[in-house]
Amino acid sequence: MSNSAAITVEGLSKLYRIGAAEQRHETLVGALTSFLKSPLQNYRNLRKLSQFDDVAQEDGGRKTEDRPSPETPPSDIIWALKDVSFEVKHGEVLGLIGRNGAGKSTLLKILARITEPSSGQVVMHGRVGSLLEVGTGFHPDLTGRENVYLNGTILGMKKREIDRRFDEIVAFSGIEKFIDTPVKRYSSGMRVRLAFSVAAHLEPEILLVDEVLAVGDADFQRKCLGKMDEVAKQGRTVLFVSHNMEAILNLCPTSYLLSGGEIEYHGPSDQAVNLYLRAFSRTEHAGAANVLYEADGPLAADQLTKISRLEILDHDCRPKEITRTWDDLVVRIHYAAKQDFEHGSFIVDLFDYKQERLVVFDSGTRIPIRTGRHCVDCRIPRLPLAAGEYFLGAGLAVSNAQWLWREANLATFQVQGKDVFALGRPPESRRMIFAAEHSWQEPCLGNTKNDTSG
Amino acid sequence: MPPQIPASELTSQSPGAERTGTETSPPVPHFVIRARKGWQIVDWQEVVEYRDLLYFLVLRDVTVLYKQTVLGFAWAILTPFFSMIVFSVVFGRLAKVPSDGIPYPIFSYAALLPWTYFSQSLTRSTESLIQGTAIFTKVYFPRLFIPMVPVFSKLVDFAIAFLMLIAMMIYYRVVPSANVIFLPVLILLMVATASGLGMWLSALAIQYRDVKHAISFVVQILMYAAPVVWPVSLIPAQYRLWYGLYPMAGVIEGFRSALIGKNPMPWDLIGMGTISAAIILLTGALYFRRTERIFADVA
Repeated sequence: MSNSAAITVEGLSKLYRIGAAEQRHETLVGALTSFLKSPLQNYRNLRKLSQFDDVAQEDGGRKTEDRPSPETPPSDIIWALKDVSFEVKHGEVLGLIGRNGAGKSTLLKILARITEPSSGQVVMHGRVGSLLEVGTGFHPDLTGRENVYLNGTILGMKKREIDRRFDEIVAFSGIEKFIDTPVKRYSSGMRVRLAFSVAAHLEPEILLVDEVLAVGDADFQRKCLGKMDEVAKQGRTVLFVSHNMEAILNLCPTSYLLSGGEIEYHGPSDQAVNLYLRAFSRTEHAGAANVLYEADGPLAADQLTKISRLEILDHDCRPKEITRTWDDLVVRIHYAAKQDFEHGSFIVDLFDYKQERLVVFDSGTRIPIRTGRHCVDCRIPRLPLAAGEYFLGAGLAVSNAQWLWREANLATFQVQGKDVFALGRPPESRRMIFAAEHSWQEPCLGNTKNDTSG
Repeated sequence: MPPQIPASELTSQSPGAERTGTETSPPVPHFVIRARKGWQIVDWQEVVEYRDLLYFLVLRDVTVLYKQTVLGFAWAILTPFFSMIVFSVVFGRLAKVPSDGIPYPIFSYAALLPWTYFSQSLTRSTESLIQGTAIFTKVYFPRLFIPMVPVFSKLVDFAIAFLMLIAMMIYYRVVPSANVIFLPVLILLMVATASGLGMWLSALAIQYRDVKHAISFVVQILMYAAPVVWPVSLIPAQYRLWYGLYPMAGVIEGFRSALIGKNPMPWDLIGMGTISAAIILLTGALYFRRTERIFADVA
């Protein structure tokens, strides 16, 4: 353990038991018998929530060889974290990303001492402040002033510290006038501002932040990010969990990507973000480079239609393996359908890495969906996207009525750079998303004269 | 993966000096988080560190309770006062329950004073963890504060209701005995009992919500089991000592003796009550500390 480590995590595991599924009964007698028997069953289920004796043979997710493994591994147990080890240096600002259920929040909760690990250990050097929510403990009947003290002490401040910084906190929130009004009379925006203002004046050496920025309007989020950035620059250690990839990229030089309770990747944030987004799209196939998506199986019983293949072609309908800015291209959608839809429509969405939808290509009712296996083409002349990685979604719908099939994260889509503006460097998605066609020139003399005189 | 560590959570690696550093050189807290095994009693160092929070949580409880009411803190008097009237009519007048020759209203109010405190703080303490879920699943602080907050905040009500007792004593021209100096001992016993039971029941209730539903009639039963509406003199002498194991028996009889002064101080009851209260408090704290690690998981 080196001296510069603020947080050392060793072999951390956490087991959760999800409640057993509720039983359903077809008959009154069945329901009655179970009603009479249920207290004992309920008691067992509730007691089991906190006992993991049946998995005692397992150690951190790995079975030890010399012991007999349980005959059937209990099905209602989840490893929220599995043997996670890492180290955070003092002053490091670290992002934690991963899909829902990847274990990010569990990890943060263990570090914040809200829940205990099942095995493994964490060593922390420094005062820890955790911000898993803004406004924890706010009581609507108390005034702003009272809530500042309450919330502040809950977050780990001493009364003296709050006394000293009270004016600062109130000024930052911008609600001086209402500080002695009960918080329930506040607008939700005011409440969040006051709550964040308290949190922002916390001065721990290690700060744990979870999705706090998910609340509030865009303006508030910008303010939060600014404050976070400030904290990071002061040399504090920050662990930041977010689904906001832009925030991760802006604040954290390095990130951990968690998946299924394990660390999948550790490294520069842009790499981690890319991996994370790619994991979303289903590109696991070994087909030709121009095929972005392929799922050729038959239609499921409850499926009327589906997209079976998505490929990129050039305007002469030859496979197009590399797409560059301003290329002409065709997105060919192969689909299967069990019945005709006269008002069917085809939709292709383009997303950027922040999961923001950039463009929707919608066929309207021009082309019907036909029974069997067919394909349609979406022709895109002069693709106006800067170089970078994009994400494609696609769907089939009854126009303006219902989705027949939809997948928002179907495939990743690479656009290679091309110096279309003759600037010596190609437009890249880090600087801009759209490479819109345009030209520059000095206005012709006649026009300026008219403008100034008229 | 290190093997099973026989450990307690949050072992302060460098004891004393680091945590209690002076203002000028801020201490560098250094602690270990790992799975805890076995039993552990209260971490006093931590309680001291978080004392400001305890203060504000109690303050919140006190200020919030009577917000947006017309009568405000008068409710602290009205609750035992109306009980006294009902009891005086039903048990004193109609059922003619003996009261050791003391006027029934003051006989019952002297008992209702500690009883109202006990029953209210116990009920609220039992529900405290369930209601505090939103807080303790988001931030760490000593969980023991949660059931203790109502136990402390209800003391304010107790103090206000006490004023009413003084008024009644003046009205009935009752002079307290010299035993009144032992009142703090009785109050301590009452608080300890409520704390111990509150720890037990709140920790049970967070996992088994049945406790929350059962608490209201359990409190009813406990009230009739306590000498609130009847005097302890009704208990046959050979059972008296055993009966003393119920701490509120000693507390209530002690209150009557100290304030009304008709009977001698029931030291036998108080002694037995102290023993059982100490056991309840100790086991309650142990059980709470043992189960607190799973609170956030089962809540």
